[in-house]
This record gives sequence, structure tokens and C-alpha cells, in this order.
Amino acid sequence: MIRFILGRLLAGLILVVVISALTFAMLYANSENIARRILGQQATQEMIARKTEELGLNKPLWQQYFEWFGSALQGDFGRSWFTGELVSEGVSNRLIVTLTLVLGATLVAAIVAVILSVLAAVRGGWIDRVVQIISVVGFALPGFLLALGLVLVFAINLGWFNATGYTKITDDFGGWSRSVILPITALALGTVSVVTQQVRGAILDGLNRDYVRTLRSRGLGLNKIVLKHILRNAGGPALSVLAVQFIGLLGGAVIVEQVFAIPGIGQLAVSSTVKADIPMVMGLVLVTAIIVVLVNLLIDLSQAALNPKVRM
Amino acid sequence: MSEFTPTVTVSADAPSDHLFRKLLRNPLAVVSMGYLLILTLVAVFGSLIAPHDPNLSSIKMILKSPSAEHLLGTDSAGRDVLSRLLVATQVSIAAALVALIVSLIIGVVGGLLAGYYGGFFDNMSSWGTAILMALPAVIVLLASRAVFGPSVWISMAVFGVLLSPAFFRLVYTLVRGVRSELYVDAARVSGLSDSRIIGRHILTVVRAPIIIQSAIVLGIAIAIQSGLEFLGLGDLLVPTWGSMLNEGFGNIYRQPTLVIWPALAVAFTCMALVLLANSIRDILEGSAPTQRRTVKVVPEVETTATAPAADVLLSVRDVRVGYSQPNGTTKEVVHGVSLDLRKGEVHGLIGESGSGKTQTAFSVMGLLPQGGNVLGGSILFDGIQLVGASEDVFRKVRGRRIAYIPQEPMSNLDPSYTIGSQLIEPMRYVLGISKKEAQERVIALLRRVGIPDPARTMASYPHEISGGMAQRVLIAGAVSCDAELIIADEPTTALDVTVQAEVLDLLRDLQQERQLSILLVTHNFGVVADICDRVSVMQMGTIVESGDVVDIFTKPQNAYTKSLLEAILDDSTPRGALSSTGGAA
Repeated sequence: MIRFILGRLLAGLILVVVISALTFAMLYANSENIARRILGQQATQEMIARKTEELGLNKPLWQQYFEWFGSALQGDFGRSWFTGELVSEGVSNRLIVTLTLVLGATLVAAIVAVILSVLAAVRGGWIDRVVQIISVVGFALPGFLLALGLVLVFAINLGWFNATGYTKITDDFGGWSRSVILPITALALGTVSVVTQQVRGAILDGLNRDYVRTLRSRGLGLNKIVLKHILRNAGGPALSVLAVQFIGLLGGAVIVEQVFAIPGIGQLAVSSTVKADIPMVMGLVLVTAIIVVLVNLLIDLSQAALNPKVRM
Repeated sequence: MSEFTPTVTVSADAPSDHLFRKLLRNPLAVVSMGYLLILTLVAVFGSLIAPHDPNLSSIKMILKSPSAEHLLGTDSAGRDVLSRLLVATQVSIAAALVALIVSLIIGVVGGLLAGYYGGFFDNMSSWGTAILMALPAVIVLLASRAVFGPSVWISMAVFGVLLSPAFFRLVYTLVRGVRSELYVDAARVSGLSDSRIIGRHILTVVRAPIIIQSAIVLGIAIAIQSGLEFLGLGDLLVPTWGSMLNEGFGNIYRQPTLVIWPALAVAFTCMALVLLANSIRDILEGSAPTQRRTVKVVPEVETTATAPAADVLLSVRDVRVGYSQPNGTTKEVVHGVSLDLRKGEVHGLIGESGSGKTQTAFSVMGLLPQGGNVLGGSILFDGIQLVGASEDVFRKVRGRRIAYIPQEPMSNLDPSYTIGSQLIEPMRYVLGISKKEAQERVIALLRRVGIPDPARTMASYPHEISGGMAQRVLIAGAVSCDAELIIADEPTTALDVTVQAEVLDLLRDLQQERQLSILLVTHNFGVVADICDRVSVMQMGTIVESGDVVDIFTKPQNAYTKSLLEAILDDSTPRGALSSTGGAA
């Protein structure tokens, strides 16, 4: 088991290093262009040369990368070229907000998807058809459009929720829940449809399994078997789907945050991108890559817990 | 973004005109195709039919409501919304196509190479896929925007790279499958070059799934593209659906309709693409949209039958079993079966596979597979009518009075739970005993069925024990709630020959100890001879002959029974009673 975890960690580490190198190469390759983007079109050749040197962009790319990597290992990801804010602080402050949304959406989606798929698979009939329609719509509709619709209807026409803004959970729990309910709904729908499709199929498949018939023959009720046995066996594949969804939600949150003016990594990403604040962008890519690797590791471990055959 | 991993499994390569004609019969597909056709026309001719210059702004015309001059009104710079929408369609679709084409080229070529040649390509591409899949697309696109500037074309080309695993994995899996097919081997042996093989045999297989995946990928590209442009990262001079969304959202309090037109364009386009993809997939897989009919069949319960004799535990009369078909009809597979099972009797139900013997056995427990129903007849178990009985009635009978021993030991144990917990759970539920008591009983039972180390077996998972052990566990499970009738469905068929004899011995011993009645479904006359008192012979859904075992073996009346008996004499040495009477048969 420990070897399994270490192996996964090592693979994840390699992945993070490769991604950081590729991203670094892409972001820093055109140093002249970077300086020009910062200084504007009127900058003279001399000014650009000075700026390039000031930022250390005149060194060979590999040397820049190793310097960045060396400090990154010590937790120093540099500072913003514009605000002077520490990249580590800037990213982590906003990451908490985004992770709240993404984890919230994942959790909500998982719960709703399990309820919907159990109803659809076991009851069948019109419930099944309604769930199928929700799945197709939720799959096709981009999350941020749903977010726009929700803002239009609930916040602007009905005035039920704060249209925009974010209240910290530590300041006011009620305010916090009102500020996250619409964004989480917008994010969750797509995941609900994908996971529902998956779990519904797995339950339908499970209902025809031999061991289900045998358990029923011993006097257990179907509902109990679905909830305890079939769902447990459907859990593994569903978790893998959820992990892929989680990665997508990190990206989706960037856009949805803008709709609701929530100060997560989305705002930071957009403003750093427009200004070409390269150290900040680099930090963002790295952090998301690390999160993804950690989530995948977590999923692998839960798979092992769910499926005795994977255990070592 | 996240959803680019739908598994498309399509085997047939239907001719495309055939496919198209079928699509025309599906209303959702027709609506989707109609919309996409109009969209294509707008994308091609949009800039020609636009009534105004999409970028012509006018301070006098800011945020006007719809009028004859401006059918959809004007935006915050006084530009005509309709004209912008028409031109934006052109740009948005074209940019999404860039993403599609880039991902198609990388994914399909990579998938073909890695799938066909394996080795180096395989390793390289699996790493590449891992890297691409580990990054949220939106973040990467933002990063690329920081480097390459606000061009929608470049960002869609980058997105195409990020989307390429969608095609890569699809093509790779399909090619791996085809690669090992015999006809591909045959083509290689006959000297066809690799490129000819890929072109002729492999591309035909991957074509349809690629079309489906393309529709989905195009939808995702449009969604992500409009999302990015909505963030205000696009080129302000180029109208796109996303930049219009951005502009509209900025004025959402002053003119909410501005946001609606581009939002509808994006939503309808994504929806049409997904619906079309789903329709094509349904047709190619030959499956109607998975609508399961939950037909409630009300069986004709036969009440006129004479009451069974006092010592009869299970009386089956004229039972008919049918399966509902997709077209709404019912196919009858058991046509009026009758048999009596006395207390303490072992009754063999013998026949070839497909003769309906297992269906008959399942109807007694109310556990017919999905779509199966008892259409009529009577099943009296100790005075309880089981035909048309409610689930409540069955649940009072199952486990505590009627139990079941399945055929295939491994698939009848839940792989995720230990043997112990699977045995204990029903006992606690049915008998209402404590966990501790159930545990003790299970240990005793496992020891009784001949498991050497019961405690260890209880802690094991099904995949950790042998098939013979698993069958003993299932037998222990069947008797664990003190049922009086056991329905054993080919209990020895899946086992090794040596284990078969042991399991039959165990069944016989348990039957005598507990005075069990057993309905034994089998296709093996050896088993019948070994353990049964009476036997019923089934053929094509009816019982052709029924009687005492010795009578049937010595004086079979029915031609089918005779042929069955002759068949086993031909290929194996029968055991027990049969060998002494073999010459007479």
C-alpha cells in the first residue's frame, strides 16, 4: 500500500515538474515581447533592454527556469511584476475562495447525482425520462450561461440573492451561503448530468447482477440492496468521473466567478493575463497542476478503499 | 472543458445515407440538424446579409430598444445588435472549427500511430495525454493569452491541442481493438502496406465514433471560446458571441436583453450539437434512447385448480412466463408448467439450456430477470399463492422459507464485501438476531459446509477464495435462515468434477439433516441420478415427462427423455444409480 502511494506521488511529482517546465518555456520564451507588453507600444529599444535585464529575462531560458525552480522549492514563487504582491500569497488567498466553490459544487453534484440516478434507475418511468432530459441539457449547457441565467432571474428579476460579491464564511455564515448558492448551482449542473449518466447506467447494470438476485433470495429488500451493495460497486467508476469533473470545475470556476464578481483565482487569472503578469500566471498554473495531482492521488486511494481487489 | 471523455462504443459502420435517413425519422435530430443548417448558412453568408456595419458605432443610438431600423436594438456603443450577431456567428463557428481541426489532426494521427504501432509512440502519447488531462483547459488558455495576446484564433488552436486527448483516446482504443482482429492480420499476411490497412480497415471502424465525438468537441469549443471572450479576453474589434456576452453583461442592469441573444445562440448551438451526437450514437448502437418499459403485467391467477395433497409443499400449476419485447409484445418462454414438490423431496427439473427450467425456478422466488413476468397459472407454496403476489409477500417467504443456491459461485457474491458480512446481513435482517449471534451461527454453518478455517473465510473477500469454497459459502447462505425449500439452479455445473461430487454429497447430507425440500434445476442426468427422488423433464417451455427417478431412468416414455438419456451415455460414464441401470436405458 505504501509503495503504491509513493509510486503515485512520484508520478505526480514528475508530472508537476514537466508541466512547470513546459509552462515556463511557453511563458518566458519571448522575453522581448514580454517587456514590450509591460512597457507599452511607445517604449524605446533601450527601455525594453533595460526592463528585460531588470526582470532577468536576458539570461538563457534554462537558467531562468532553474532559478525559478530553486526558489519555488523553498516556497518563493516570486512577486507580481505590477503590484509587487507575493505570488504565493496572491494565489493562496484567492484559491481558498475558488476551492470552496469547486469543492462545494463537487459535493452538491455528487449527492444530487446519486439521488437522481437511484430514482431514475429504480423507479424508471417518467422520473427516468425527466432525469435523462436534465442530463442532456446539463451536459450541453455551458456553466457560465447557466450562471448568467441565474443572475438574470434570481438576482435581478426576483432579487432573492446577492447578484454579485462574496461574503467570507468567517464573517457571516448566512451571507456566505447566500453568496455561494447561485455560483455552486451553476457549476454543479454539468457535473450532475455527467455523474448521473454514469451512476444510472451502473445501477441498471447492477440490478441485473447475479449477486443482487442472490441477496434478494435471502430476503433483503431491493432498496436496501441498491443503497448498500449496488451503489458501493458503482462508486469506483463514479469517483473517476468525478475527478475528471473536478479538474473541469477548476476551469469553469474561473469564468463563473466573473459572473458573480467573486474574488477567486478567476479574477486574479484574468487580470494577470491581460497585464501579462507572468510570475502570477506561472504560479496559478503550477498550483492548479498540484491540486489536480493531489485530487487524482486522493481518488486512487479512495478507489483502493472501495474496491478490495485494488488493495495491496 | 471537463466533459471531453464520453465513451463512444460503436461497432457497425453503417452506410452514411442509411444513417441520414434514420436520423430524419428522429424529431430531435431533425430539429438539431435544421438549426445547424441555418447556423451554417448564417456563418457563411452572415457578413453579406448583415443590415449594418457590425462595428459602426453611433453616440446617438446607444442602447436603443428594437425598432424597424435595428431589429434587435443597439448596444452600448450604438452598434446594431443583429448585424453583430450575424457576423459574430461567422467568427465563433470558424474559431471553434479551428479547435476541432487541430484536435482532430493531433488526436486521430496520434491515436492511429500509438494504437497501430504501439511501443515508443504508445509511451510518448500516454504521457502527453496525462499532461494535457492534468491541466484545467481554461487556466492554460489564460496563460496562452498572456503570451500570444487576444487572438481568438490562436487561443482556439491551443484549445485544439488541449482537446486532442478526446480523439486520441477514442481512436487509440478502437485501433487497439481492431489491430488484434483476424481480418487485419489477414490483410498484413496478404501483403497490404500499413497505410493501406489503416486507410481501408481501420478508418472505417473509427469513422462514426469520430463524427460523434466531433459534434461534442465542437460544442465544448464553442462553450469555452464564448466563456473566454465573455471574460473580456478577446480582441475587441472582432465580434464574437462571447464578446457580445461580455458587452451585454456589462449593461445587464440597463438593457438585460443584450445578453440574451448571444446566450441563446451559444446555448442552442451547444444543445443541437449534443442532441445530434446522441441521436447518431443511438442509431449506430441500434438502441432506442434507453427507455425502459415498466410494464405491469397482471397475471391470470388460476384459482380453480384442485387443492394440492397435504404433503405437497410447492404446487406449480400451468405457469406461463413471458418477456416483454422492445416492440411492446410479449414473448412466452414457459408454456404452462406444472409440478408438485412434496415435503422432504428432492425434485430434479432437467432440460437443455433454454428449455425454461431456470425461468420456472425464478418465478417461484419472484426473481425473474428484468422484463420477465409470470403471465398466468398458480404457484402455491404451503398455501400461499405466489403468482401475482406483492413484493411484501415474497419478502416474507424469501430467505426464511424459500432459499436459493445459484449456479456460478463467483458472480453471486458481492465483490466489495467480505464473505462474513454478506452472510450476516440477511441473517440479522430476516431472523432479527444480534450481530454476535449471527457471527457465531455463520462460523458454525461454514464449518458445517466443510470450510476448514471459518474465521479466516469470513474475513476474506470473494476474489480471495476458490470457486468450490464460494459455492459452499453460498450453500451455507441458503440454509442460514432455516428455509424449508431450497431452489438449486445448476449448483455444481460451474465446479471442477472432483468438487462437484463433494458439493452434491454436502447437499444430500444437509437435505437429510434438515428435512429440506429441494427443487434442483440441472441439465445433467448424472446429478439427477445421484440425488433426486423425482424428476421432471422440460423441453421448449413445457414439461414432457415427470415421475419417479428410477421409473424415468428405466422406462422413459417420452422420445425427448430417451434421447437425453442416450446422449449422456454416449459421452461420459454416469455415476451412481445410472450405471446400474445404464444397460436397460
